Amino acid sequence: MKASPLLILVALFALVFTLAVDLAPQATGWSQGQKSGNFLSLMFGDGRKLLASQFFTMADVYFHSGYYPSIFDTKSAEEKEIISTSHGRKETEEDEKKEDFLGQPKDWIEAFGRNFKVTKHTHLENGNEREILPWLRLAADLDPQKVDTYTVGAFFLWQHLNRPDQAEVFLREGLRNNPDSPEILFELGRLYHDSSHDAVRARNVWEMGIKKFLQLYVDQPIDFGSVYGRLDNLSPAQKDNQLVFEELAVNLARLEDESGNYGPAIAWFGAAQRVSLDPGSLGKQIDAIKKKISAKQP
Amino acid sequence: MNKIFAVAGVVIKELYRRKDFYVLFVLTALLTLAAGTANFFQDEKIIRYVKDVCLLLIWVSSLVIAIVTTARQIPAEREARTIFPLLAKPVSRGQVIAGKFLGCWLATGIALAVFYFFFAVVASSREHAWPLATYLQAAWMQWCLLAVVIAMVLLGSIYFAAPSSTATISFIVVAGILLVGGHLNSIALQQPEPMQGLLSVIYYCMPHLEWYYLSDFVVYNLGTVPWLKLFAATLYAAAWTGFFLLAAWFGFRRKNLTT
Repeated sequence: MKASPLLILVALFALVFTLAVDLAPQATGWSQGQKSGNFLSLMFGDGRKLLASQFFTMADVYFHSGYYPSIFDTKSAEEKEIISTSHGRKETEEDEKKEDFLGQPKDWIEAFGRNFKVTKHTHLENGNEREILPWLRLAADLDPQKVDTYTVGAFFLWQHLNRPDQAEVFLREGLRNNPDSPEILFELGRLYHDSSHDAVRARNVWEMGIKKFLQLYVDQPIDFGSVYGRLDNLSPAQKDNQLVFEELAVNLARLEDESGNYGPAIAWFGAAQRVSLDPGSLGKQIDAIKKKISAKQP
Repeated sequence: MNKIFAVAGVVIKELYRRKDFYVLFVLTALLTLAAGTANFFQDEKIIRYVKDVCLLLIWVSSLVIAIVTTARQIPAEREARTIFPLLAKPVSRGQVIAGKFLGCWLATGIALAVFYFFFAVVASSREHAWPLATYLQAAWMQWCLLAVVIAMVLLGSIYFAAPSSTATISFIVVAGILLVGGHLNSIALQQPEPMQGLLSVIYYCMPHLEWYYLSDFVVYNLGTVPWLKLFAATLYAAAWTGFFLLAAWFGFRRKNLTT
């Protein structure tokens, strides 16, 4: 029997159509079933974390408009400036000097070559900070466990670009990927407190951050006795990251102070004092609250 | 001079008959437009990463066009034996070298003009600005660099056995200079002797192509480079181009074309 090529063609088309109809719903299930359906993670595997780190660095490069040390420049490994900016740290003159990684040109070739490269240390401003966002988005896609990406991205979206809605969406995404991150909870609380002026949600989120940091039971109310107890026995990893605890505790203290809950405010300042590098200034704030209490008493 | 232009004209015709430029341009346009359509945090004004991607593609494409086109010029003439009627016109060997160089340089210049026009259209569609002076400086400096590269590849094509080896070595040298060239003095200082001396000699003797990469000025809207410095860099590129062309002519003059 000799089959017509046209008939074979039609038969094959019918076969692929039937298979497609049958397999398409299952195929959707396959991709959802994978832990990471992300195309980039499938492409790069664990190498994506290196790429994510590179993209995060690119965000810092863009923040400096290209004025950035290469691997050949001698500059000590320090925190990226987009991170320190997101923590509200202002640059001192000393920092500015440190940032001048170029120094004096070594020869006439280098001196002449500097006419064709960026030699001024500047930061993006006036809304141009948006230019770092693509790199942060890519970094978050490639390494969803990199917490700094979300906190830095949310900070710039909210504080510099006045887009708290997008900042919250980004932080929520970060929280889904890192449910135990006190850093993301701290930023989210700041957003609720300073942008939405929602003290209740801010308190809940910050308290959750404290519980996550100290590994307390999340469904039980805060007990200052156990907070202090845990602070006396911090693990080395917690000690490395105790700045976030200080930020959480200080902000909770201020929130309670604003709400007139002076007792918890003093307790939070006291907790922050235990990890702070500058416990004296926190002590002054405790004294101020105590004065308020004594002034209120008849 | 007419003979040089005639040889150059043939090279230019060859570029637009071949598919290299069209493929690279379409690839650049597609990748740039794909990057441009990505939406980050629903912000329509983000543009610098698109400019960065597009400029990088323009640099890679123009280097590919320049090196691949130049590397095959003289070997192809020898292989097809068209070099003999060409030299019998009479056209001197020096005029062949000059014509080939001019043709390749003008051809890459045309390609560069198309690429930068596309870049300007894409960038202005979001920035709503035409910093023409910055674009012109960037394109000019890139064209100057391509002059040095083309002359260097032409020299390589005289000595190396095949266009593929010439192209590969040229790519490595150019990429090496662009990536490490500017830092070679710093690297040298960290090395013991005699490596330190050797690296310092290389640093002072190589063409500093890294000066001609003005991408940062375009991407970050940093304005223009001082025109006098641009002129000095142009002279530097012209000197290196002349050096390589002269060396190519010396080599080609003594080259036995029959083997």
